[in-house]
Amino acid sequence: MQTKRMTYPGRFLPYALLAPQVIVTLIFFIWPAGQALYQSLLREDAFGLRSTFVGLENFARLFRDGSYVNSLSVTAVFAVGTTLLSMSVALLLASTVNRMIRSRSTYTTLLVWPYAIAPALAGVLWWFIFNPSIGIVPYMLEMVGYQWNHRNSGSDAMLLVIFAAAWKQISYNFLFFLAGLQSIPQSLIEAASIDGASPTKRFWTIIFPLLTPTTFFLMVVNVVYAMFDTFAIIHATTAGGPAQATNILVYKVYADGFVGLNLGSSAAQSVILMVIVVALTMIQFRFIERRVNY
Amino acid sequence: MVENRPWANLVAHIVLLSGVALVAFPVYVAIVASTHSLSGLLQGTLPLLPGGHGIENYTRMWQSGVSNAGAPPAALMLWNSFIMAMAITVGKLSISLLSAFAIVYFRFRFRMFFFWIIFVTLMLPVEVRIIPTFQVVADLNMLNSFAGLSIPLIASATATFLFRQFFMTIPEEMLEAARVDGAGPLKFFKDILMPLSVTNIAALFVIMFIYGWNQYLWPLIITTDPDYYTIVMGIQRMTSEENPQWQLVMAAVVMAALPPVLVILFMQRLFVKGLTETEK
Repeated sequence: MQTKRMTYPGRFLPYALLAPQVIVTLIFFIWPAGQALYQSLLREDAFGLRSTFVGLENFARLFRDGSYVNSLSVTAVFAVGTTLLSMSVALLLASTVNRMIRSRSTYTTLLVWPYAIAPALAGVLWWFIFNPSIGIVPYMLEMVGYQWNHRNSGSDAMLLVIFAAAWKQISYNFLFFLAGLQSIPQSLIEAASIDGASPTKRFWTIIFPLLTPTTFFLMVVNVVYAMFDTFAIIHATTAGGPAQATNILVYKVYADGFVGLNLGSSAAQSVILMVIVVALTMIQFRFIERRVNY
Repeated sequence: MVENRPWANLVAHIVLLSGVALVAFPVYVAIVASTHSLSGLLQGTLPLLPGGHGIENYTRMWQSGVSNAGAPPAALMLWNSFIMAMAITVGKLSISLLSAFAIVYFRFRFRMFFFWIIFVTLMLPVEVRIIPTFQVVADLNMLNSFAGLSIPLIASATATFLFRQFFMTIPEEMLEAARVDGAGPLKFFKDILMPLSVTNIAALFVIMFIYGWNQYLWPLIITTDPDYYTIVMGIQRMTSEENPQWQLVMAAVVMAALPPVLVILFMQRLFVKGLTETEK
């Protein structure tokens, strides 16, 4: 990694400058992560008095445990649903805004502000409009003959958290798609239209392929978002229920550790999640290198 | 636009207006609900036009909160949120500026090693190491304090990388000129690097402030004393009740969402800059 060609000499100063960041990282990041790694190899007895070394037993138990396997598949459904819904709405809006000239900045302003709303609040907002007894959407659904009840129906609850998570992420995806669209050379689109390509055809044969880097980048970011930043949405609304139908991995780590006080299992789950984040971060970085060359 | 198609324009406006409506709908419902009385909300279905209890609900939430649900007055929670968000933002920005300066303008032993330590923070979101981190903070007696709310969250790999990248684009001649004129490292940092970084700092400030304000899990587990509740997590206490007082909950939601939304609306250019740059 580079420095400047000319640098300051320094024996102590650079260490002093780095100290605050490194100390915070060591105490609050590296040490706890190490603890999680260590605890994932231990099992505590029922009173938390003694712990014994059990090797990879905690991990083996997790994968034999139906509720963990269920949580894996719930997380997959949730992440894919959130990513697809949010990205397709955002792409539709961004490509529509991109053809506007005078109203572009107004629409952009009107579409970006939900980024500021905390995931927990997004959850509460959607929880409220879908509330089975007083919410507006169940009322309308009832008129077409559907009984919405996310308190009993696992699929309703899943839809609800996907809506809330996707809604909050639309503005982010929108901004990146818009930036991607604006970097596509106008001459390509003009050439295609002179050759008689309709707007739909131009979109699918020129614009969409040229957006691939943006799309891929956003897919990774959205999966990370759905897997890790949506804890608040689940916690503030369904709390993993009904019957574990929305118990995503990050929520389960918290629930098993804080509520269930099963530290070994929770630590093993933390370790698995760390491996997933590392993998996703690597994919993201590999991809960014490619985008530079693109 | 390539060709002029009046119909296509009309359709585009319809698509966009429905997009805007979809995005705004939940918040509109919240605003409407915060202006009704509880009985007005519980009568069958939700009203779609504002009612007459707005001032009453907001005053009540602001001044007294919902004490039986364990939610302190919103004024207090907003203040706590503000302090936490500011502490996180200022902390992140200052330690990241210092470490980027050290990494770019000095050669010293273990430089790469420190760089990797900082890099690792990217891969350890608080959600995945929540219990051991809680234990550390508890051991340090930092539960129920602003230090506990903010310090564990101020390490920032993204900000450090961003400042590093930006410093690398500053011409070499700056440093050469400064050294010829006899400026030491700290003077160079204060009088040349800082003024040059103002726009970047401002853009990151917007992003980090929103990040700090919207923290949820962390304040939830380390504050048990209502005096330290932040607004975003305090709302959860009100909704987890058996029969939530929805009109007050929604008033609190509106008050909790307003500051970061205003920040985005008034600093949209900085926000977009910060967002697109932090993700590189």
